[in-house]
Amino acid sequence: MSMPDTSSHDSQVPDMTEPLAAADKLRKQSVQRGVAATVVPPIFFGVLLVGVWYLVSYGILEERQRFLLEPPHAVLTEGFLNGANLAEILGGLWSSTKVALIGLSVSIVLGMSLAVAMSQTKLIERAVFPYAVTLQAIPILAIVPLIQFWFGTGQFSRVIVCVIISLFPIIVNTLFGLQSAERGHHDLFTLHHASRWTRLTKLTFPAATPAIFAGLRISAGLSVIGAIVGDFFFGRGEVGIGQLLQKYANRLLGEQLLAAIVMSSALGVGVFLFFGWLQNRAIGKWYDGGGGAPT
Amino acid sequence: MSLWSTFSLPNGLTTVRAVTKFGRPSDEEDLRVAAALSFRDISMTFPDGTEALRDVSFSVDRGEFVTIVGPSGCGKSTLLKIASGLLANTGGTVEVDRERIGYVFQDATLLPWRTVQQNVELLCELHGFDPADRRRLATDAIELVGLRGFENHYPKSLSGGMKMRVSLARTLTLEPPVFLFDEPFGAVDEITRARLNEETLNLFEREQFAGLFITHSISEAVFLSTRVHVMSARPGRLVATYEIPFEYPRKPELRFDPEFARISGEVAASLEGAHT
Repeated sequence: MSMPDTSSHDSQVPDMTEPLAAADKLRKQSVQRGVAATVVPPIFFGVLLVGVWYLVSYGILEERQRFLLEPPHAVLTEGFLNGANLAEILGGLWSSTKVALIGLSVSIVLGMSLAVAMSQTKLIERAVFPYAVTLQAIPILAIVPLIQFWFGTGQFSRVIVCVIISLFPIIVNTLFGLQSAERGHHDLFTLHHASRWTRLTKLTFPAATPAIFAGLRISAGLSVIGAIVGDFFFGRGEVGIGQLLQKYANRLLGEQLLAAIVMSSALGVGVFLFFGWLQNRAIGKWYDGGGGAPT
Repeated sequence: MSLWSTFSLPNGLTTVRAVTKFGRPSDEEDLRVAAALSFRDISMTFPDGTEALRDVSFSVDRGEFVTIVGPSGCGKSTLLKIASGLLANTGGTVEVDRERIGYVFQDATLLPWRTVQQNVELLCELHGFDPADRRRLATDAIELVGLRGFENHYPKSLSGGMKMRVSLARTLTLEPPVFLFDEPFGAVDEITRARLNEETLNLFEREQFAGLFITHSISEAVFLSTRVHVMSARPGRLVATYEIPFEYPRKPELRFDPEFARISGEVAASLEGAHT
């Protein structure tokens, strides 16, 4: 019974609907299997790490050395479950998050504007690009004292550190993306008399979005680092997570130190994941992530 | 560096187009007021000294489908780029209305961030049509290439043949009087290619545009065309011309007609000579 049914279906125009549906089903199955395959190994490895941690705390370190690496449950109770300690860490984290977000926003606006200008005029690209590279090559620690010298230790200085460290990937990725539109697409737009503005908004900018998101993810992580580094080296002004790390280390408060490190790592991971999610929302439906297209 | 092009067709022509949107023009109307596309003594020498074309002259009228076959790198594609204005010829003159030229590229050149519908609407957007018109034109064109139901698909989920159909539909929305095809079906499999040829033929029979088609495939050339030009190896010159006598509409079975085989054989022999 099913044979004549499918053949009559085939004689209609598209012979493509069924393979598409089948591919959808396959994809769903492989997604389920993929989730299990991506979740189980890291959990297993995480348990292993905690085990090693306990082994070091109790097996290797003697009691008087144990402050060097307090066991996981001590970090949990002192760092995360002690209200006063947690409030202090979260306060510092929030201060650094604000700096990172402001710095990242400035980098995005500045970096993307620069990249668009560079993509429109070769002269600007030639003039600016070497300095963008130089900016990237400056070790951030070398320039922090200068920033403090000029601008003091306030929020403004911290934002500058953030911008310096996170600007370059945005410029480079946006520029690369804007130049990635295919020759054939450009010909098509030329053929139909597209203006410079139309070409930018309908062709080169949309073509650049995957690269822009790649840059955003890198820069978001770097801006968190910038916020912490700035705070750490300035060592005064509004207390951020960098100053707390320094304080905990100086006072041998191992539990809080580790808790603060975990929290700042979580912030870095959080922004990375956020931009990954945003990328998926924005371009996931047409961009296949560079992998093979499901044809 | 003399290049000029007329930017308006004789009035009669444009009116006919407006009346016969996606319909077959009535037989009484004489479309051959002027050649829609003509090349006179076209030569092309690239800045690096490569001579791509030498003294190419021919014209394509409305209702004519002209194909150029020739060895790889003989300058066939260069000729289309000159016709469309993407390249400036170094000698001779081109006469064509470039305002709404149809150009089907070797690749489908779809914008991956646009759905089928949005891709098909692109050219109307670039030409500033209002949204209702471009929606209607795109819907008609999508229907015509048999892709109804795929309007909201993104290119990444389409096969090569379907992408080519979207590309055809996109070009159709402008109802171009001149249709340039740059080896459009070279990258798809034989079966799809045959089907796309038949569809191209249907479009031509309906729209009666002036078609200029580039290909390596002799059977494709003979099957589609009213006239086949054979081009020599670089520098490209026209070395032979064949009028193809078969009436339109043509059926797929035409490919197995003995006369079809005889003409294809002649074109093949001439192409063999053109390689040297």
